[in-house]
Parts: sequence; structure tokens; C-alpha cells
Amino acid sequence: MKRTVPLLISAVTGFVLIGTAFIPMFEEWGNDAMAWFNLLAAFAFILGGGNLLKMQLQKISAQQAGWGYAAVTLIAFFVTLFVGLAKVGVHPNAKFPEYSWSGNYLEEGGAFWWFFEYIFTPLSATMFALLAFYISSAAFRAFRAKNTEATILLIIAVIVLLGRTYASEWLTGGFPNEPIFGEGGITYSDFKLDHLSQIIMDDFTTPGMRAIKIGIALGVASTSLKVLLGVDRSYLGSDQEA
Amino acid sequence: MLKILQNLDRRWIFLTMFVAVSVPLIMGTTFPETPSDQVLAVFDAVDNLPDGSNIVMALDYDPASAGELQPMASAFTRHCALKKHNIYFMTLWPQGINMIQGSIDILNDEYPETYKGKYGTKYVNLGFRAGNEGVIKLVVEDLKKSYTTDIHGTNLDNIPLTKNLKNIQQVDLLANVSAGYPGSQEWVLYGSSPFDIPTVVGCTGVQAPIMLPYIPDQLTGILAAIKGAAEYEQAIINHYPDLAENPKAKEGLIRMGPQLVAHVLLISLIVLGNVIYFMERRQGTA
Repeated sequence: MKRTVPLLISAVTGFVLIGTAFIPMFEEWGNDAMAWFNLLAAFAFILGGGNLLKMQLQKISAQQAGWGYAAVTLIAFFVTLFVGLAKVGVHPNAKFPEYSWSGNYLEEGGAFWWFFEYIFTPLSATMFALLAFYISSAAFRAFRAKNTEATILLIIAVIVLLGRTYASEWLTGGFPNEPIFGEGGITYSDFKLDHLSQIIMDDFTTPGMRAIKIGIALGVASTSLKVLLGVDRSYLGSDQEA
Repeated sequence: MLKILQNLDRRWIFLTMFVAVSVPLIMGTTFPETPSDQVLAVFDAVDNLPDGSNIVMALDYDPASAGELQPMASAFTRHCALKKHNIYFMTLWPQGINMIQGSIDILNDEYPETYKGKYGTKYVNLGFRAGNEGVIKLVVEDLKKSYTTDIHGTNLDNIPLTKNLKNIQQVDLLANVSAGYPGSQEWVLYGSSPFDIPTVVGCTGVQAPIMLPYIPDQLTGILAAIKGAAEYEQAIINHYPDLAENPKAKEGLIRMGPQLVAHVLLISLIVLGNVIYFMERRQGTA
């Protein structure tokens, strides 16, 4: 029972959603199924919060290495939750001045807005910006022309890196639009870095990505069918739990 | 010399990168950009619509990617405002609500005659809904099953812009700015492709190869990374020269300066690293 009901729900919902593409009558059912899905997704935030609490509390109670960070996470979680729910520093909505909680929790000047603007935003941007430093260190230490493949990769990286900036204009902007051999055919300007970069993206990257995407799509279709037909039940957990 | 380079403390590299990025940023160095065909396709998709057309602007990113994507979102907003388009803002990312507010501030501060005090008639903020591609599937077929109210809790039936909007198949263009999942690819797979909604996207550099295969059939055009944003800003300035006087309309162009120096530094570091490698090989220590 514990496995049959979820299996049935998955199969019916999945086939209804497939049916929406072919049978007009199924369209409304498909929309209802998606509305339920979106409701469940909203509840997943509560589950996520609960899971975060459980994991961090376990770390703290077991005094695992770095348990102090878990404590900081929990404090940040509860403080943010409180200022958001209690709408600290938020003025009541002009339409309902008698209700103190009627304002928008994201109102400019409110505590939640302040947290987002002056703590979350700079921290997120800083974490992302650190990538530039680690990439520069990796470029110096790891990007070596050890074999033919690595050398090709290096040359392509240099062309794309330069072709995506004004350096391409500085270095190759003066290449004339004249044929190299006789009339017609390849011109000097074809070797401008921005043009070469575009060729790499259009003639190598895009066809490669198309092939990968077609492969992924076929894989997803076959895996989905296995799930809907009940052949693949791994998403329900191990057999022992049945 | 080789020994010094072999044992180079990586903090020197970090410091060099810091200087390489910060100096052009402080000096505000900009370079002329020539819009590519893909960027011109995006520009034309917005510009060729009649004034006052309806555009959905889905801003699916957070502050971590704002450095790369905010210039695109701002440029889309300014371009739509210049064309006096009606804008429907929405996001699939919880943090996207604040990103939308940035665009709304542009409408109110820079184009007050068209947008200030005209919430609901010239623009509307639908806010965030959980459900990722599930939300997209609903808004393209039955908007009000996913969004019954806007971000302020006002029923969509009481807002002039959304009162008669059954789904976003009725809009003239979908513009998405995305930092990953859920984002551009999901809008193409579940929105633009099955229902032929004209769509343009702005995405991060790492997403660009994923989105390129959808051009030109499923996707009209793409702004890839800060380079795409800078080219789009240049295309708008070329057609609306008054915008050149607004320094905020050149965020992407200004960020191409640090990008140039950082890229040149990266190449120099790669070359230097390989020189060390080949010297080590010659000495038999690699």
C-alpha cells in the first residue's frame, strides 16, 4: 500500500500531463495537476526549513567539528524568520492603517529589507566574486598544455577570452577585408579574434550542445516512462521500506 | 627565477586580480561595443513592437548573479520604457522579488511621465510563486490558476492589465533574465516553444552554450553574459542617443573594462604557468 498509492498517483498524473499535449479534454486536468504540484512545492519550503533545523541541531548536540557555524546558521535563520513574519519596521498599508501588520514585509526601510539589502546581497555578491580569484590561481597552476587535447583547449580558451573583449579589436581590428589567396575565399578579417570566437560558438559549441541535448531528452523520456510504468521504483526508496 | 615562480604565493595572484579588476572599475574605463547579430535580434524584438505592447519580464536571478545580470534587466526595462510598453513582472526565484523592485524603481525614477502612479495600468508586479517549471506551465495556459493576486494581494481581476489576461500566450513578448534553474531553458521548454511565444533571454556566460541551440526557432535572441549586456546597451544608445547622458544606462559597458583586464591577466597567468611547466620539463622535474 505504501508503494502502490504513490505509484498510482505518479502514473495517473504523468499520463494526464502527457495527454495534455494530444487530447484537449486533458488540458484542464493537467492544469489542475500543475496547481497541486505548485502547492506542494510551496510546502517544500517548510520541509526545507525543518530539515535545516534538524541537521544543524544534530551538529550542535553532537559537538561536531564546526558546530559553531551551525549555531550561527540557526541564529540567522530564526532572526530572519522573525523579522519577516513579524514585519519589524514595516508601516501599515495605507488602505488599512488600523491593522499594524497590513504592510508589505519587503517595504523599503523595514528590517527584512535592510537584512536583504545590507547583509544578504553583499554576502552573496562576495561569495560569487571570489570565483575570479580562485580561477586566476587555477589558471596559473592547473591549465597546462600537457597533451594535444589540453593544448587545443588552451588555444580555444585564449581565443574566446580575448574575442569576448575589446582586446580583439586592439590585436586584430586592423586585419583587412581582402582575400588571402586570389579572388573570393578566406579573407584576412576572417581571422579577427571576435570572428574566430563566434565561429567556435556557432560551429562547434552549438552543434555539440544540440547533440548532448537530444541525448539527454531521449534519456529523460525513457527514464520517465520507466517511472510512470512502475518499472523504476527507486524514487520511492529502497525495497526494505516497502 | 624559476624557483621563485614555482613557489609563488597565490596571494600575490589574488592581489594582482584585485588590482586588475578594481582599477578600470574606479576609473570607469569604457570601450566602444558593436552589437552582434544575436543582440540586434533582441533589440529588434523589443523595438519593432508597436508602442504600448504587452511584455512579460521574468527576472529569475538573485544578488549573487546581479553583477552579471542586473545590467541586462535594467537595459530591458529602459528599452521597454522608451517604447512605453506595458510590463508584467514575475519571478520563479524567491530573491527575484528584490530584483524586480530594482526595475520598478527605474520605471518610476527615470520615466515618471509614463509609469509613475500607473501601477496596474502600465506595469504590474506578480511577484514570486513556488513550483519552478510548474508555474510556467500554468501561466502559459491559465495564469489565474497560478497567480490569483499580485504581490500586494490585489486580485488580478481588479487590475486593469490582468483583468482580461487569460494566459501569457496573449502577450507580445516574453523577456527572461536568468541565472540558472529555473530560468531561461525552462521558459523555452514549457513556454515559448510549445506555444510559439516570441521570447528573448539574457543569461550568464556559463548558460550561454546551453541556450544557443534554441536560436533562432525557439528563441528570438540572446544576451550572453556582461558582453551581451554591454552590446545591448550600446544598441539602445545608438537608437536613442539621449540615453547616453544617463550613466546608469551604461552599467554593462563600464563592466567591460574590468572584464578586458581580467581576461588579459588570466591569459598571462596561463602563459606564465605553461612557461614554468616547460622549463620544469626541460630540467626533468615536471
